[in-house]
Amino acid sequence: MWYYEKKLQYPVRVRECNPTLAKYLIEQYGGADGELSAALRYLNQRYSIPDKVVGLLNDIGTEEFAHLEMIATMIYKLTKDATPEQLKEAGLGDHYVAHDHALFYHDAAGNPWTATYIQGKGDPIADIYEDIAAEEKARATYQWIINMSDDPELNDSLKFLREREIVHSQRFREAAQMLIDEKDKKRFF
Amino acid sequence: MEKPKPMPEAYYSLLEKIQAVDFVLLELNLYLDTHPNDADAIEQYNESSYESRALKKEFEEKFGPLMNYGASYSDYPFDWATPPWPWQV
Amino acid sequence: MHQRDYHPYISPFDPCKPIEKKTYSTPPHLFLGFQEENSPQYKSAAEALKRGTLWPSLYDPYS
Repeated sequence: MWYYEKKLQYPVRVRECNPTLAKYLIEQYGGADGELSAALRYLNQRYSIPDKVVGLLNDIGTEEFAHLEMIATMIYKLTKDATPEQLKEAGLGDHYVAHDHALFYHDAAGNPWTATYIQGKGDPIADIYEDIAAEEKARATYQWIINMSDDPELNDSLKFLREREIVHSQRFREAAQMLIDEKDKKRFF
Repeated sequence: MEKPKPMPEAYYSLLEKIQAVDFVLLELNLYLDTHPNDADAIEQYNESSYESRALKKEFEEKFGPLMNYGASYSDYPFDWATPPWPWQV
Repeated sequence: MHQRDYHPYISPFDPCKPIEKKTYSTPPHLFLGFQEENSPQYKSAAEALKRGTLWPSLYDPYS
């Protein structure tokens, strides 16, 4: 069960109508290492992993939906009042003829989202290592999008999202350690 | 039809205060998922939770419910499903 | 920005202008290990939100 809260996790502002940037950001909406993939990957893995890491998968998976909503907000704002002509110039003509201004779960090249982007192997070590890799890939994707963007306000939100990938990777690394450590061994510092 | 009015500055500033406290809570939550015995972090988590509730009470009195399904009270007429939505502001 | 660099092989027959030094990110979590209790935190919730983490030991600026 989830409750919806009428707020974004982090404020999203964009400086100008810029559908070209929206086209790149769609990679993190419906792309292989995007936020939809992340949310569905973790929330699906939590059913078949030892109890001591279920909470972490549940909570990071939930945060990913908040990130998905931030990405959607960026795309929405960058394209909201763009004319078909502007969309065409941005390379979104193909998107427009199928979807108008609707968002859709596909990557920057237009490939529709597919469950083959995510893994649920059922082996706790394999699944957590998959998750660590996924966070590093998402971090890299944010870097490449920031490199393509000259909108300082948008980049501020993208840097927040990139930093979240780092924190998630840290927690998954700790989860891997918890799975490797001997049962109930107390941790001292 | 009347055009919807833009939200006042106080909406954004109070919302950002909530976003900040809730972010600390989320960070502590993920941390505690892997550090369940850190008593100081649990104390900070509970204190921040109290602070978040107070801020949300103030926000909701001014700008309407933040949460659905009964987690926030409603005014009359039902004021949950009214704009603006987070992606619109 | 935490990063490493390397020097790719450059052939006289490479058509694009060679990039002599390439870099890649090595964010701080790669070196942190299991996070210690009571790690120093950012002073305010607003700063933590701005940085995207509560702990300076996990912060990696990028530009």
